[in-house]
Amino acid sequence: MSILTIESLSFSYDKEIILQSINLTVEERDFLAIIGPNGGGKSTLLKLILGLLKPQKGTISILGSPPQHNRSAIGYVPQNTNINTHFPIRVIEVVMMGFIGEKRPLFGYTPQQHHRAMAILKEVGMESFAHAKIGSLSGGQRQRIMIARALCANPKILLLDEPTSSIDVKGQREIYNLLKKLNQSITIIVVSHDISVILEYANKTAHINRHLAYHDISNKKETFHIHDPQEHFCEVELLQMLGSSHCTACDYEVGSTHCESCHHTKELPC
Amino acid sequence: MLEALSFDFMQHALIAGILVSLLSGVVGSLIVVNRMVFLAGGIAHASYGGIGLALFFGFPLFLGASLFAVATALLISAITLHQRERIDTFIGLIWSVGMAIGILLVDMSPGYNVDMLSYLFGSILAVSREDLYFMGGLLLLTLLIIAIWYRDILAVSYDSEYAALRGLNVKFFYTLILVLSALTVVIAIKVVGLILVMAMLTIPVYIAERLSHSLLGMMAISGVVATLFTTLGLWLSYTYNLTSGASIIVVSALSLGVFLIGASLFKHRR
Repeated sequence: MSILTIESLSFSYDKEIILQSINLTVEERDFLAIIGPNGGGKSTLLKLILGLLKPQKGTISILGSPPQHNRSAIGYVPQNTNINTHFPIRVIEVVMMGFIGEKRPLFGYTPQQHHRAMAILKEVGMESFAHAKIGSLSGGQRQRIMIARALCANPKILLLDEPTSSIDVKGQREIYNLLKKLNQSITIIVVSHDISVILEYANKTAHINRHLAYHDISNKKETFHIHDPQEHFCEVELLQMLGSSHCTACDYEVGSTHCESCHHTKELPC
Repeated sequence: MLEALSFDFMQHALIAGILVSLLSGVVGSLIVVNRMVFLAGGIAHASYGGIGLALFFGFPLFLGASLFAVATALLISAITLHQRERIDTFIGLIWSVGMAIGILLVDMSPGYNVDMLSYLFGSILAVSREDLYFMGGLLLLTLLIIAIWYRDILAVSYDSEYAALRGLNVKFFYTLILVLSALTVVIAIKVVGLILVMAMLTIPVYIAERLSHSLLGMMAISGVVATLFTTLGLWLSYTYNLTSGASIIVVSALSLGVFLIGASLFKHRR
């Protein structure tokens, strides 16, 4: 069974249509990158998947049931991790917030939950910071803590909203390497602007601008033009291609699947 | 000071001061981290309406003030949750109207006219044994509520979006914090009065925030710091025959100044 299925989903605020006839299937251990312009509907889709909004047309199902009934199946990592940096709270306390919603003792958390939180902190490489104040960490470290918090609920899917928007390049790499490691046992969905980085790690992409264009990029060389020996993708060309129905470099029709026959086009300066 | 403690009223004053300091440290921390200082100010002033109500209808003052303050807290919570963008206007309105109702009711009350200033600025030397029981009971109730819901209150205060996603009733806890603020304000009326209580709820907390790594630590340090200020203020008030509430607040403010200068010197030296 697919882990996440979206069928002919539409959503609009007042009269403005945000998402129209979206279809998407996410399989277990996929690494899906959701990309697209600002205002294209990325965050709305995110909220729909999280169950914070209800679809007006169509359905979303996570392991066969609507998101509202399957909240703990999704671990959510919010975009802005710089909120409340002066808040007097320790790393371990932030992580254990992920247990909320489980059966609780009268006071605080159980010793088992405490142990599990420490184990998860170790998994994301932050166990030595367990008792540090959250505000003393760097942006990248705080992002790891938010990932750890999401992992506490034992989710089937990890959903990250712009995880690297306020992190330096080195920190970004570390976050993506961590996600790649986690991807061995968990499905990952990332909403991101970092096209070139995300393509190294993702095996599927969905470009959203009201409509959704889906691409399987697990075999990247066949999918995209490669312009130099370092295998760097031309972002501009890529974005244009992902958003439109035909490849802009050659005249190949992409349709709703991927563009396979591009190697034989002439190379463009990028 | 020691020989002063042979008087019953001084013993009562000291006990009341300690009870109120501990409570204002705990609840003040919640108010500050949730950025509710202005809301708490509104509740504090509006609770004068409850004093007028109690005088007019002849029921116990603490009861009248408590009920009125809690009702105000519920009203403010409802307005915040439904009319967020105009909240400052409504708080200002509630702030003055509550006081106006109180003044009118005091005017119209039969019999002797109570000294209005003692409610605005405190009359710690007039604390009765029954008042102490009431204060102690309310302190215990507040501590119990916070102990049971500490993890939930912490989650809602630090990251309400995530808390809501994990299924916590954010509105309930938001309202709970406002109701606790209302009860704290009522207890503090006898000690520092409903106008001066705001400094008591914020100054020790501000100092504690710099010294603590967790909300719990912040509450404890604030409670201890507030107790020190209150004791010192009481001693000054007794020795130099000054108004007790104002002495406590001025001691707090001067200490905050010394603390800030000390902290910045310490930082420069390092």
